[in-house]
Amino acid sequence: MPINYYIILAIALFSIGVMGVLTRRNAIIIFMCVELMLNAVNLLLVAFSKMHYSNVVSFNPSSPVGTEAQVFVFFIMVVAAAEVSVGLAIIVMMYRNIHSVDVNFLNRLKH
Amino acid sequence: MNITEILFWFLSVLALGAALMMVTNKNPVYSVLWLIVVFFAISGHYILLNAQFLAIVNIIVYAGAIMVLFLFVIMLMNLNADSEPQKNKWMKLAGAVAGGCLLLVFVAALRQVEFLKLETITADGPTGLIRRLGYVLFTDFVLPFEIASVLFLSAMVGAVVIGKKGD
Repeated sequence: MPINYYIILAIALFSIGVMGVLTRRNAIIIFMCVELMLNAVNLLLVAFSKMHYSNVVSFNPSSPVGTEAQVFVFFIMVVAAAEVSVGLAIIVMMYRNIHSVDVNFLNRLKH
Repeated sequence: MNITEILFWFLSVLALGAALMMVTNKNPVYSVLWLIVVFFAISGHYILLNAQFLAIVNIIVYAGAIMVLFLFVIMLMNLNADSEPQKNKWMKLAGAVAGGCLLLVFVAALRQVEFLKLETITADGPTGLIRRLGYVLFTDFVLPFEIASVLFLSAMVGAVVIGKKGD
């Protein structure tokens, strides 16, 4: 497959995530849209890793090129898991205090 | 059109459609279920790219652990379509237009890049196999790997401290 298709797919998924963050008010849905954006970036990183590999495979078939990008994706997943645990704890605490997950209530932090 | 292209288009349409359903659905529980569909489609893409380790980790960590956590929190708060806060119509329209503009700008910028059109991806090769990734992870990346364990420990402690009742 040409790399173009993967780039367009990842951009479309990322833009849908941005759209979700801008149009929704539920804090949990916004958080899920952030996860969607992370996944779009992961997909693009894997596609680029394979592109990098296929550029050198003709010279050296057992080349280790491209492995680092996939390790990087693995670390992104690790950090995302840690982020979700803390973020959901914050949302649960917010729900306990104001009995809502509406992000518009959070503008009280200004006062 | 061979089987790889058919699978690519099928998974792409599935991912985009499920992502749109996730954003537009009013019920948060349905949003979580659609996001799980997106993650399975992305895992299918990883398998097409022969990144087998990441495909399995994506299903286990994202679709398995993270989304169950989301579902659990939503059911704990008893959220449904009636209690869902809604932005007014114009704000929604403005958000959708802004996201569409971002898509348009990215695509327009990438149309200018000529050399990317020549690049193709070969799906085979040992790059994404567990053997290779495990070797790299425990030799070159062993320090970040250990730091990730400290990160998990601090995230666990942080989640417990934040979520504790009272003060």
